[in-house]
Amino acid sequence: MILVHVDHDRGAVDAVSLQALTLARCLDSDVQAVIMGGAEFAPELGEYGASIVHVAEHPGLTDYAPQATARAIVGLINSLAPTAVLGAGTARGNEVLAHVAAMTDLPFAADCTEITLGSPVRVTRARWGGNLLEESTVITTTLFATVFAHAIPAVQSPAAGAVSAFTPELSPADLAVVIIERAGAASAGVTLAEAKVVVSGGRGMGGPESFSLLEDLAGLLGGTVGCSRVVTSAGWRPHAEQVGQTGTKIAPDLYIACGISGATQHLAGCKNSKTLIAINTDPDAPIMQIADYAIVGDVHAVLPQVIALTRAATGA
Amino acid sequence: MEILVCIKRVPLVGSTFILTDDASEIDTRRLGFTLSPHEECAVEAAVQLRDAHGGSVTLLSLGTAETEEQLREQLAIGADRAILAITDGSEPDPQATAAALLEAIRADGAQFDLVLLGSESADVAGYQTGIRLAHALGLPVVTGVKGLTVDAGVARCERAVGSEREVYSVALPAVITVKDGLNIPRYPSVPGRIKARKKEVSTHEVTLAAPRIVKGRLVVPAAAAKGTKVLDANEQGAAALVDVFREIGLLA
Ligand SMILES: Cc1cc2nc3c(=O)[nH]c(=O)nc-3n(C[C@H](O)[C@H](O)[C@H](O)COP(=O)(O)OP(=O)(O)OC[C@H]3O[C@@H](n4cnc5c(N)ncnc54)[C@H](O)[C@@H]3O)c2cc1C
Ligand SMILES: Nc1ncnc2c1ncn2[C@@H]1O[C@H](COP(=O)(O)O)[C@@H](O)[C@H]1O
Repeated sequence: MILVHVDHDRGAVDAVSLQALTLARCLDSDVQAVIMGGAEFAPELGEYGASIVHVAEHPGLTDYAPQATARAIVGLINSLAPTAVLGAGTARGNEVLAHVAAMTDLPFAADCTEITLGSPVRVTRARWGGNLLEESTVITTTLFATVFAHAIPAVQSPAAGAVSAFTPELSPADLAVVIIERAGAASAGVTLAEAKVVVSGGRGMGGPESFSLLEDLAGLLGGTVGCSRVVTSAGWRPHAEQVGQTGTKIAPDLYIACGISGATQHLAGCKNSKTLIAINTDPDAPIMQIADYAIVGDVHAVLPQVIALTRAATGA
Repeated sequence: MEILVCIKRVPLVGSTFILTDDASEIDTRRLGFTLSPHEECAVEAAVQLRDAHGGSVTLLSLGTAETEEQLREQLAIGADRAILAITDGSEPDPQATAAALLEAIRADGAQFDLVLLGSESADVAGYQTGIRLAHALGLPVVTGVKGLTVDAGVARCERAVGSEREVYSVALPAVITVKDGLNIPRYPSVPGRIKARKKEVSTHEVTLAAPRIVKGRLVVPAAAAKGTKVLDANEQGAAALVDVFREIGLLA
């Protein structure tokens, strides 16, 4: 049996957790889910292959509590003895499984793209934000792993989805770290992660003033502005706009990289864009090799032309 | 406030990954080494907190003797001293890393109010060293923090979730793992570098446990051959781009 930790947040099941359920179903016919509260999600988890949905019920688990979640899962592991415990390759999924692994002193393989159970257990996992893969064997009694976000699509595979409620034993230390407050979005408008169009600038923009060009084009295309790390570390733009390994990973319909060289750490965040356009003075810049369309030129000359023609086309 | 920051020397990678012939490592002969932005932010946060609250900042790294390069670089931005837990260069897994860091902390003997790490290392990205260390030290841990303030012995930690922020509060002593974007790390100044030469880097020999995640081959995922279309840098090229906008349905 494989146990899958499913995360949910204010009324919605986490999409990557469903991808973890799908991978689990490829490894074992018996897949069970564990969720903190949220019995109402059992039918949906059944659709994605969970035969039983173990629902942890505890007053301390009304909102996300990482160590308490892990403690509840460790309790279930002791009673159910699964061959593997999987979770989502997200901030929360990786955090919970790391706690589980620390509590049980077993290895934890984060961000796996492939898993083969047996002895030995084999995994392929993402390094460097997915730009490099590592093929490893894991020496363990129970495999703890998370599934790299969006590496495999969630596929329905209906099972019973029967609810089994349980009350975990939690200590005050398990509940020492909980969410005390939520701060809303600073500004309205499309967020980087959700935007269909991202117009992004790098060092080649020359300074913060030039980003008004990117704002204009993004505005005309219904998109938002992104940037490289050189730009955030110079203080030209806020970190919320940084695309890449240590910024946000996005997969918009259109990504326009202006004055960005295309370092692997930047590409880790934008290489899944459906269409990629690069504007760069250097024809040999790495971004130009992976772009669908490339213009070899100065952003200050090219962008005003593109903006003028786009504005004319929209009639704005 | 006594602060410990754990930092890791990692290969510098340019536009492509170049591997050694046996595909077990990144070839570092041409580009050298660096630090993760997450950890640069951790050191910057530590220096700012020390300047505001007093105390000192200690750096800790597990690696080969050459790791002194990264430690000196961060001493130059203002950390006070460093501990180098020396390995023979074999790559420990995250479990062995956390155990060796713990051994070095115990051997050093100092007590820390705050232990900072990166959310995930740049190369391995195991997402667990800080959490394992926290459990071993018997301390609470908050991870992936992008906003951090300390007031009266309590840390307020903000974590970004989409465009929103979750706020956690934790009483010190605690372990906190941080992310790029927490602050804008300063560059080392020339006087900073000169001072750093005289700062103490103490070394500890540590024994590494055999890895339980046994690394085999590294593989660079094949990029889809795109067949880039090169457009002119003039009105014609701009018009062609507008056609692309139209094709993908952005313009009527
Ligand atoms: C562990 C780690 C994580 C990292 N994470 C990230 C991350 O999340 N995101 C990220 O972006 N980076 C990240 N980096 C940094 C990354 O390695 C690069 O340094 C960075 O992406 C380069 O930014 P850039 O392309 O803007 O600058 P550069 O590499 O300096 O490129 C500037 C480009 O602009 C072009 N140019 C110059 N002038 C003009 C002009 N007038 N018109 C048109 N083009 C022009 C140049 O030809 C060049 O190609 C990370 C690094 C490390 C070590
Ligand atoms: N060899 C090391 N020396 C010092 N700190 C490390 C080392 N490896 C990992 N860390 C710290 O642990 C964090 C998380 O690493 P990881 O669990 O590998 O993702 C890193 O960002 C570092 O702060």
